[in-house]
Amino acid sequence: MKKTGAEIFVECLKEEGVKVLFGIPGGVVLKLFDVLHQQKDVEVILTRHEQGAAHMAEGYAKATGKAGVCLVTSGPGMTNIVTGLADAYMDSIPLVAFTGQVSTSLIGNDAFQEADNVGISRPCTKHNVLVKDVNDLARTIKEAFYIATTGRPGPVLVDIPKDVTTNKAEFKYPEKVSLRGYNPTYEGNKHQIKQAAEEIMKSSKPVIYVGGGALFSDAADEILELAEITQIPVTMTLMGLSSFPGTHALSMGMLGMHGSYWSNMAMHHADLLIAVGARFDDRVTGKLSEFCPEARVIHIDIDPTSIKKNVHTHIPIVGDVKTVLRQLNVILRSLDGNQKDLKEQRRPWWNQIEEWKRAHPLRYHQDDKVTKPQYVIEKLFEITKHEGIVATDVGQHQMWAAQYFKGSKPRTFITSGGLGTMGFGFPAALGAQKAYPDKLVMCITSEGSFQMNLQELATAAEHKLPVKIVLLNNGFHGMVRQWQDLFYEGRYASSNLGKIPDFVKLADAYGIHGMRAVKPGEVETVLREGLKHKGPVLMDFHVDPFENCYPMIPAGGAQHEMVLEDPPELRKAQKGGAVKKKAEEGEGELPA
Amino acid sequence: MERIISVLVENKFGVLARVAGLFSARGYNIESLSVAPTLDPTTSMITIVTGGDDRIIEQIMKQLNKVVEVLKVVDMTETSYLDRETALIKVHTETALIKVHTRPEHRDEAIRIADIFRAKIVDSSSTTYTIEVTGNVDKVEALINMLKPLGIKELIRTGRIAIPREAKPPSRREQQAAKA
Repeated sequence: MKKTGAEIFVECLKEEGVKVLFGIPGGVVLKLFDVLHQQKDVEVILTRHEQGAAHMAEGYAKATGKAGVCLVTSGPGMTNIVTGLADAYMDSIPLVAFTGQVSTSLIGNDAFQEADNVGISRPCTKHNVLVKDVNDLARTIKEAFYIATTGRPGPVLVDIPKDVTTNKAEFKYPEKVSLRGYNPTYEGNKHQIKQAAEEIMKSSKPVIYVGGGALFSDAADEILELAEITQIPVTMTLMGLSSFPGTHALSMGMLGMHGSYWSNMAMHHADLLIAVGARFDDRVTGKLSEFCPEARVIHIDIDPTSIKKNVHTHIPIVGDVKTVLRQLNVILRSLDGNQKDLKEQRRPWWNQIEEWKRAHPLRYHQDDKVTKPQYVIEKLFEITKHEGIVATDVGQHQMWAAQYFKGSKPRTFITSGGLGTMGFGFPAALGAQKAYPDKLVMCITSEGSFQMNLQELATAAEHKLPVKIVLLNNGFHGMVRQWQDLFYEGRYASSNLGKIPDFVKLADAYGIHGMRAVKPGEVETVLREGLKHKGPVLMDFHVDPFENCYPMIPAGGAQHEMVLEDPPELRKAQKGGAVKKKAEEGEGELPA
Repeated sequence: MERIISVLVENKFGVLARVAGLFSARGYNIESLSVAPTLDPTTSMITIVTGGDDRIIEQIMKQLNKVVEVLKVVDMTETSYLDRETALIKVHTETALIKVHTRPEHRDEAIRIADIFRAKIVDSSSTTYTIEVTGNVDKVEALINMLKPLGIKELIRTGRIAIPREAKPPSRREQQAAKA
């Protein structure tokens, strides 16, 4: 029996095991929504903005490792998800985005709500396709899921014209995919892996540097094993957080621009770098010419374009991180006899790292007048014992969350790394919560980021998604203000947010429980009560507007040139009230 | 260093845009580009002439390979190859200056130059010749330079295509290495 395109679409989703889809209907996708409405296998979450749908699908994908799915209409529906696509492309998130398109007979006619969806999304998707014939629909959807989730994952867009949703075809879901030009390499080169093992045994100051690829490859166990056999310290990128237990003795936490002092120093002085599913992003490397000057580099990545892109690699290994590490660990175990010597061999290196750690730990000063943002985050993690899933937005609060996060379960730190998308955190948290309704999901955000997608409060309320929103309210685009303090002589060009809504009332308007902590003494009580609350909660913490995030590698600086605290002239200016005064001279108000 | 990269792709709409977009998005320059279907009508060959240091070329090759519809990428410059380009050159045989005295010689000179380069005159008017030339880039450039004094009215080039040689003498790289 023949089925309509819309029926085929839904059958395909079922075949792919899709449980939930985020989206908003519109003219050309009505037929798709109509068929979705008449079945129960795929749940549709109506978001309040298409960008929210894309980020929810991303959050879902990041928390589960499965492809996130969103469905939006043509024209503005599609252009609204572009940020989500670009974000997913940068952070290699498996996302399948379905967009409506005007009927094939109208394409190119500047029809109502027409946009060149494939053209617009080409540079920010792993692959995209316009389905011109309903007979191609099932195969195209199968390929889309396959491409999105294999190799280096990424977003795939499938553009479906209106007539394709109503035309009929025989439905047969293809059993396997055959794409002539797409064949990711999973097995690493054996010779290279053996060389890597030898290199590891020879090294005296090695570092394992783990990126987001490790999480998508599901390689947390293999990394733990590698680190423990070889006794090598592990540092993670922002995207790699949660791939290695933060509380483990071998963990050095996050590296890079706002990473820990000791991890950056260890990188700078290392004689061997084992990069695992990481891409040597500029926020990690700092000044490239001075990056890891003494290190030999082993780079394991499934994407050949990541290798030797920014940094010279001595032993490149193209392959799936998990598969390659398994092979590597087998070889390393066979050399096990030397393990005691190895520990001895590493001792001076460890002592050195401990020394760096003691010299410049993460620190802030909490008094009883103004709440420090770090204090809220540290308390939150203390109360939750690093359990649960954390989603963050982008800015200072994101860096603090990353610095203090010590979770041990993979996929529990969800953040927008590559694109740095403000407004990502809250919808992403909702997506993760949808994937795991019974888990604690927290969204660490700020008044700046939160206001970029706060309309999704309605989605949270409607679907009773009990996300705990921890909002660090400092009245500024904090990271922008920090850079203005450091590099623009404290001229706060458009970083003061001025009129800030009453977030408790705002939450109330959406039927969500709102709470507020103005003084440091109230922080713990609000957190404890908020976390206990059954439904979604918005906790508004008024924090020090002038706290800066340290340590920091200034843009263009090298790894060992970290700035550890406010420069003296800035502190002087702040003490004298000059900074505060400047803020007050603007139109804005400071939070109480 | 100049490179000729042959990219075998699936013959589908949007593929050329994806390949070209990859160059523009990463700030790589395309010197010339030609596309046409191959013997197998489901595939097309894109020949791209580009430049850059080894690191950039390595990235270009890898990025091209990553495109789903790209089937094969070959850096021709790594092997021994033949490359050809066709140009159509419309040349003045009469200008204000030479109209009165030298017109016949001028027309003769155009024919002579074309002959020397084994080029053909494929169209003619009372004031112009259109010359067709096919050859490697040096030959085409040399002919253009010779015709310039006569006055080139219009010029169009196809961009280069390349094919590997079957019996392979040492490649340019190998020759260079041998010299060194």
